[in-house]
Amino acid sequence: MSLKTNFLPALLLAVMPTVAMAEAVAPDDVVFEDDVIVASLTGADGNAVNGRKVFANRKQGNCLACHINADLKEQLFHGEVGPPLDGVADRWEEPELRAIIVNSKIVLGDETIMPSFYRLKNGARTAEKFQGKTILSAEQVEDVIAYLRTLKE
Amino acid sequence: MKRVKKAMFASGLLAFTLTLNPAAQADPDDDTLVIDGVEVITSAKGKEDGPLDELYSGWRFRSDETQSFQADDFENPAFVAIDQALEQFEVVEGAAGKACASCHEGGPEEFEGLRAALPRWNADTGKPETIQHIINECRTERMQAEPWKWEANEMLNMTALVGLQSRGMPVDVQTDGEMSPWYEKGKELYYTRVGQLDMSCANCHEDNYGNMIRADHLSQGQTNGFPVYRLKWAGLGSIHRRFKGCMSNIRAKPYKRGSDEFVALELYVASRGEGLAVETPAVRN
Repeated sequence: MSLKTNFLPALLLAVMPTVAMAEAVAPDDVVFEDDVIVASLTGADGNAVNGRKVFANRKQGNCLACHINADLKEQLFHGEVGPPLDGVADRWEEPELRAIIVNSKIVLGDETIMPSFYRLKNGARTAEKFQGKTILSAEQVEDVIAYLRTLKE
Repeated sequence: MKRVKKAMFASGLLAFTLTLNPAAQADPDDDTLVIDGVEVITSAKGKEDGPLDELYSGWRFRSDETQSFQADDFENPAFVAIDQALEQFEVVEGAAGKACASCHEGGPEEFEGLRAALPRWNADTGKPETIQHIINECRTERMQAEPWKWEANEMLNMTALVGLQSRGMPVDVQTDGEMSPWYEKGKELYYTRVGQLDMSCANCHEDNYGNMIRADHLSQGQTNGFPVYRLKWAGLGSIHRRFKGCMSNIRAKPYKRGSDEFVALELYVASRGEGLAVETPAVRN
């Protein structure tokens, strides 16, 4: 038993990624330049396959609540509050997409209904469970961006 | 401007909505609500200086199936509650040895018009009162019985029965005089963005009514049908329960049922629907 415990740190080390990942930029430290965010929040490219899952997951991006997306036609009921996202990569550059997802208000204006997915200062009375938390993690934001970049017409 | 944008948007989406959204429709439908041969209006002109040009009952945003439940009192599942409340009306409770019927000898019909004018000012408490406040005041003061919880079945049933007496009558609440600061507070709450998702009531129910939000057809959030029988709840629920649900969805900490905030919001939302007919007990999904 004690042997096992002693081995645990070594085991953990072994499964840790060998390439050190750059630390994700904190929500309050994200730099907007002319309403876009050029640099990846994680310093790396996102994973489009996972981004598709985050996009559809009701407890994560839940993007289908408001947007039609024909690429996810296996999912019933797409909302129509925001614009359809078919061909979204033809209309927006990556730094623009990143800015809209991180803080929609910077790009679309204060009146937009769209949530800001990587911002700490949100509406009043945020439920305790969600206080001090962003809707998506930096990795999830980058994954969604990578996925959106596949949506071309 | 908004209307034009909406119409263009809708036609552009038609191809998609037909396949992805079986229930989608961009606007309230044109159906007419007739209950027992009597038409209950489900739309009205908005006030000149009001935020909405045209007012629509939530009934107009529901599917034909859900609508049909409300068009026939024998189909309306809320009428079980009405029957129970009619029995309760006769039950003696409390130290004073009284039932509702002991004072209200004319029966529930005495309350015709009351629901349409709520919340109203109560000079004794110095606050607006809702139907729940009025019922509980009767229970504690006149009957010397225990008050009912806001969302207790007995309370829901009785608010439905009292509300039914005003069915078809236009909502008309006092917003000036003593009610003015409450109206202003409710208005402020309506337009305040809350929660991690950072949305106000207006984002959905003023700017986006008629649009689908996932499988849900956004209505104007009118309160003229409450308490409503909600299929999702499989039972009746109060206005404040619905407010709480909306706030939780936005990941905000909801106010409490019966709180000053929700009473103020109830007043303000009622005022936005002035001219619509009371539909209590309505059926929604």
